[in-house]
Amino acid sequence: MIELAGLTKRFGSKTAVDDLSFQVRPGVVTGFLGPNGAGKSTTMRMMLDLDNPTSGSVRIDGRHYRDLDEPLKYIGALLDAKSMHGGRSAYNNLLCLAQSNRIPERRVAEVLDTVGLTAVAKKKSKGFSLGMGQRLGIASALLGDPEILMFDEPVNGLDPEGIHWIRNLMKALAAEGRTIFVSSHLMSEMALTADHLIVIGQGRLLADTSMADFIRQNSRSFVRLRSPQWEHLLDVLARNGITVTQTADGALEVDNGRIERLGELAAQHQIVLHELSGQQASLEEAFMQMTAGSVEYHAHSDTGHGPPPAPAANWGESYRAKAQGPAGNVTAERSASDGEGV
Amino acid sequence: MTTPYQQQAPGAPLGTYTSPIPVRPASLGDALASEWTKIRSVRSTMWTLGVLILLVLGIGLLAAVAVNASDAHMGDTPLLSLGFYGVLLGSICVITLGVLTIASEYGTGMIRTTLTACPSRARILAAKSVVFFLLSFVIVTLCTGLVAMLQMGMVSSAEQPTGSQLFKATIGVSLYVSTLGLLSLAVGALIRHSAGAITVMIGVVLLPLVLALFMFAPSLEGVRQALFEYSIPSQLAVFYGSSVSDSGPTGWTPLLILGAVTAAALGGAFAALNSRDV
Ligand SMILES: Nc1ncnc2c1ncn2[C@@H]1O[C@H](COP(=O)(O)OP(=O)(O)O)[C@@H](O)[C@H]1O
Ligand SMILES: [Mg+2]
Repeated sequence: MIELAGLTKRFGSKTAVDDLSFQVRPGVVTGFLGPNGAGKSTTMRMMLDLDNPTSGSVRIDGRHYRDLDEPLKYIGALLDAKSMHGGRSAYNNLLCLAQSNRIPERRVAEVLDTVGLTAVAKKKSKGFSLGMGQRLGIASALLGDPEILMFDEPVNGLDPEGIHWIRNLMKALAAEGRTIFVSSHLMSEMALTADHLIVIGQGRLLADTSMADFIRQNSRSFVRLRSPQWEHLLDVLARNGITVTQTADGALEVDNGRIERLGELAAQHQIVLHELSGQQASLEEAFMQMTAGSVEYHAHSDTGHGPPPAPAANWGESYRAKAQGPAGNVTAERSASDGEGV
Repeated sequence: MTTPYQQQAPGAPLGTYTSPIPVRPASLGDALASEWTKIRSVRSTMWTLGVLILLVLGIGLLAAVAVNASDAHMGDTPLLSLGFYGVLLGSICVITLGVLTIASEYGTGMIRTTLTACPSRARILAAKSVVFFLLSFVIVTLCTGLVAMLQMGMVSSAEQPTGSQLFKATIGVSLYVSTLGLLSLAVGALIRHSAGAITVMIGVVLLPLVLALFMFAPSLEGVRQALFEYSIPSQLAVFYGSSVSDSGPTGWTPLLILGAVTAAALGGAFAALNSRDV
């Protein structure tokens, strides 16, 4: 169990981490989600006692990191920045770590095998590709066979094969009963791996919830309608007091609409429908709403979140650019249940 | 997809994973083993020590050969002082290795991993200091010892050194040069930048002498004299019995001075490591 209490870190006038309190519970994968610059890496460095908190504290099973005996046997960590000596072989990089925590030397060969680097064990790590470097970092995290594992953006810069490998590795480690704390700026990545979710924005805690609850509470559900007689349909809906938004592709969306009632209304007025489907907003949209909400909250700190504001533009851009590929599946899976059967 | 957090059975034991590797408090011994692996597994160690050996042996022997060939009479000059220039140049290698022992960890980012594995800053600094100092001391003692033997065998025109002279020119010189390396290690920890720290240390070695050379004004005579006598090359020369003046430090005093400075620098390095973000 890792406990953060009022953890705060200021760099000059910039508050990178702002009064953060949460617990990382054992035996599950906890996702640590936030846009770039939200303070995830800084939080993780403070957990490992690399950065000193401005105030607040971190306790690991009740103890400060500095008081742990042979810490590699409690916590293994993969940091975001490079953290190995490039002029040393992969084997020797791991060997010196093993020796400092009295880990038997055979573990070095074992973890190199686990991450698939046995063939390049004697090669200098300087020449490693991004993916190989990431694997070496993971090998060092696994070296002490620790109960807690922390990964800072482990999939960053990896090819699809590497991403797949890391995802499966984390699941396998969690299945063994270990505590996994993994950060990401990609909601889709978290949805695939995390059971529990901690969301931060601008260093502040925005959500501490199970993945399922997060999805339930944060995704907008709506009914989508398409009709060649859309003007007539708009009329009918307006007369029945139903608010409609029109999308760019000519479809109509009714927030929290009841699909049966909308279908019946159309039938009554003999309107042809080309589409009538229940939809759920994607997870990335929910996440963007939440982080955009944090910006809103900063501006007027007297009220609550209010109506969900438009997602911050810059953020959405970068997300969409990266959300191609495997990311899309999640959204599809989750909305499919409502979408069919009408 | 993995089990959602909520679906864990309420009473189920969570986080049941227990590592089969037993845990006990880490010790300085483990840190020493780790640092020994680190220092022997990078090429910069081989390079700096290799060049050091070449300089001390090469220049020491050349000097002996030159004295023999020219039939010059060394007069009062102690025989072993022929080894001085080799060691003075070689000390730059020791400085470099001392700085790299810690500053290269900052350059590569290794320091984050090191301190995650061993969060005690005092233990890391102590282990690095001990491993570096012993390695440097052994190598410099072997080199200066070998050079002294060869010089004693080759040069007949000078008096053979006494036991005390031999001891100072080998063990004394090695202690002094290795302590200088330890000071470099502390400076490397403070500056966290290899090239910067090496430059600073070369400045520390050379600058007082250079400054003294340019102090012509009679009013500065006292300062000039002090810079001369307390500069590192002059203090190193004391161990060869060939000090530049009669008034400066003598005997083992240079080692005490450098030792005190180094202890203070190491104290500063520890305070910095302890309070700084990595
Ligand atoms: N050493 C540092 N000095 C100054 N500012 C920093 C430092 N480290 C991080 N920051 C700032 O703190 C904020 C949080 O950074 P970081 O923890 O790296 O975010 P994340 O990992 O979530 O992308 C950023 O605005 C970053 O610029
Ligand atoms: Mg980061």
